[in-house]
Amino acid sequence: MATIKIPPVLRPSVGGEKEIGASGASVGEVLRDLAANHPATQEQLFSADGELNRYVNVYLNDEDVRVLDGLNTAVSEGDVLVILPAMAGGR
Amino acid sequence: MSPPSGAELLRQVKSRIDEVDPAEVNELIDEGVTIVDVRGSEEFATGHLPGAKSIPRGHLESRIEGAAPDRSAELILYCASGSRSAYAARTLKEDLGYERVRSMTGGITLWKDRGYDVEVPRALSSEQRERYSRHLLIPEIGAEGQQKLLDAKVLLLGAGGLGSPTALYLAAAGVGTLGIVDNDEVDLSNLQRQVIHNSERIGTPKVDSAEQSIRALNPDVQVRKYPVRIDSSNIVEIIEGYDVVVDGVDNFPTRYLLNDATVRLKIPVVSASILGFDGQLSVFKPYDGPCYRCLFREPPPAELAPSCGANGVLGVLPGTMGLLQATEVIKLITGIGDPAIGRLLLYDALAATLTEVKVHRDPDCPICSRDPDEIADEELGVFPDYEAFCAAAG
Repeated sequence: MATIKIPPVLRPSVGGEKEIGASGASVGEVLRDLAANHPATQEQLFSADGELNRYVNVYLNDEDVRVLDGLNTAVSEGDVLVILPAMAGGR
Repeated sequence: MSPPSGAELLRQVKSRIDEVDPAEVNELIDEGVTIVDVRGSEEFATGHLPGAKSIPRGHLESRIEGAAPDRSAELILYCASGSRSAYAARTLKEDLGYERVRSMTGGITLWKDRGYDVEVPRALSSEQRERYSRHLLIPEIGAEGQQKLLDAKVLLLGAGGLGSPTALYLAAAGVGTLGIVDNDEVDLSNLQRQVIHNSERIGTPKVDSAEQSIRALNPDVQVRKYPVRIDSSNIVEIIEGYDVVVDGVDNFPTRYLLNDATVRLKIPVVSASILGFDGQLSVFKPYDGPCYRCLFREPPPAELAPSCGANGVLGVLPGTMGLLQATEVIKLITGIGDPAIGRLLLYDALAATLTEVKVHRDPDCPICSRDPDEIADEELGVFPDYEAFCAAAG
């Protein structure tokens, strides 16, 4: 089981939770497990072809999965995934 | 024989040393001759010959070797009128063996009368030493760092939630020039967090309100006001010449535009954003680290970008994030510490946690993977669905 940190804009899609546990041996599996349990996140995370949307950054612990193996990056028990869309509020 | 009078002693000393006229010194300056000012340090601070070194006469014997290690090299001494430098020249000639030491006739008084250049050293005034005394006590800042702050030009995009605390603390810290871009007026709903404004200034342009607060806090600070909305037609003209830009804008199109223009001009950006109880911060230093487009390749679709309309924010949150920005600005200007380059800090106010993730330069970045000269005007701020972006968000 890995922990996924949910950003503010996605919290309404997961019942307001800030952290969700999800299972899987890779980043892709963990995120698809999240989407299976919280279908509203599917379109926000994945494009139609099943890839991560370009405007969503995902970090395994503190490293961007794009510089690792992307969705194929192996996930271990206790790892933390951070989902991070851009924010622009300043006022 | 009775001892000589002061005037007689001076006459005797002058007869034993060599003197030089200011006209010759003025020519020798260009040849790099060593010139030593033997007046007190407070006199030196009021103005001195260009390139002169300060060694008050009382410290002459102990310090002259630091300024003039070669005793056979040409050396010129001066004071206010030519008396103290005559005594000093005798000491160097007769006691320390300086072979080519001369005293300038008439001192800096005659020098000034002849209209030659005087250099006024950039020293902190006594009021500044008092005002910035807590900076001067930190060795990492000190007088040198404070001078860097006073010389610095920082542009704040927005005098709102983030810009308010940033502007106040940078002004207090003595950042010499603060530019403020904001085309808004102070509104009652701003005052829950925009602490540079106040109730009496509702309806006043934010740039004017911010200027009043800054002036009241620190008259050392020059305020440049830009009561405009930044866009691709004015951005380069506005940001050019600034040392650091502080990004507190509330929308994606402007953030991408700012990124592209600052990469082209190689100006570092201290960027923060806030929403609800969460804040993000990073420093984008062009070509030393990633840029905003390396971090966020594309803006999110409008429904996932709750930045277009009014959103709730805990009033203190922009204070926290704005002061983290001000801290990064001071680090960049003074060159101390490790700025948040290549790192994104995520602050969760409710959890009281600060998480950090790495940000890498994107080798395929449409902007910073290229030479700055190759980035054309029409490429600045290219943004998908610019017109439709906020309309779609409702």
